[in-house]
Amino acid sequence: MTFDYSKYLRNQYIPHMWCPGCGIGILLKAILRSVDAMGWKNDDIVLVSGIGCTSRMPGYVDFNTVHTTHGRALAFATGLKMARPDKHVIVVAGDGDSTAIGGNHFIHFCRRNIDINMIINDNNIYGMTGGQYSPTTPPGSYASTSPYGHVEPNFDIAKLAIGAGATYVARGTVAQGLILEKYIKASFAHKGASLVVAESTCPVQFGRRNRLGDPVDMLHWIKERGVAMRKAEKMSEEKLAGKYVMGEFIKDDSKLEYTERTRMLIEKVQQKENK
Amino acid sequence: MADAAVAAPKAAKKKDKSPAKIEIINENCKACDICVDVCPQNVLAMRKDPAKWEGYVVEVIDLEKCTKCMLCEIECPDFAIEIS
Repeated sequence: MTFDYSKYLRNQYIPHMWCPGCGIGILLKAILRSVDAMGWKNDDIVLVSGIGCTSRMPGYVDFNTVHTTHGRALAFATGLKMARPDKHVIVVAGDGDSTAIGGNHFIHFCRRNIDINMIINDNNIYGMTGGQYSPTTPPGSYASTSPYGHVEPNFDIAKLAIGAGATYVARGTVAQGLILEKYIKASFAHKGASLVVAESTCPVQFGRRNRLGDPVDMLHWIKERGVAMRKAEKMSEEKLAGKYVMGEFIKDDSKLEYTERTRMLIEKVQQKENK
Repeated sequence: MADAAVAAPKAAKKKDKSPAKIEIINENCKACDICVDVCPQNVLAMRKDPAKWEGYVVEVIDLEKCTKCMLCEIECPDFAIEIS
């Protein structure tokens, strides 16, 4: 009855290095269950990551894994997918890794509509490097680089991805692991640029600085901030301040995928040359 | 295809009335308290354990109440709970 995670893990490295109560562990489990539901083989999956807490994930899974430079996971993944379109490429990244340092790669990944499944663990802070504020840190909250409260407004990653042209965008939280799993599964099944944002917890760097209590209190805090899409449509802007909308925002199967378009172009040019 | 993949686990879920078996993997547990909080039936609790550097480890206190909802297993970030 219980799910056997061990066949997808490098068991010699478990227990992992994430702090007690960190949401990344819950996200990793949701990804592994989704992979199992899709029936993919370990050797057919490539997990690519950059630098950060979330990006330590490829170290623990028994897939083909690439641990790349800070923010450039999507650049490596795009090359990988172009060379081997038969592989299932998954990119995991933190909020800072994907939207600050790799922000440029991120918007162009959405624009190209390449068949990569991106999963962002949004914990509102740079955890590994010492608690600096990230583009998703809520205004007014404390970080090591904003000791008197953060003054900048924060990013809505899902809206950014929709605007840039991604064809599957959803947002869940680690406080509701089953719903998150549902979105990840749907994004795996989708052909084209897909993004799942997982609102996550960082009890050590973010929680302690903002006096949010222990991991359990933080999980409640993240759950309370979530508003379902249907409910959010009726709510005013003021009421939605400080909250985030959950749900499947966009699912568009009509657009052609990037590797397919490239293959069609190659065939067209070859036919022309052979004439 | 997407809908089929999402709907599949729902069909597989059947009511299973056999008694639950909860296995706690002590080496993996980091005593974050999440499983104790999410359990709707209060099956789990924290026990003091001086051998661990966190000072605590999770323990099953009322196995009969377990309805196998799997919430603790899903929300455990550390691969420390197995239910069968």
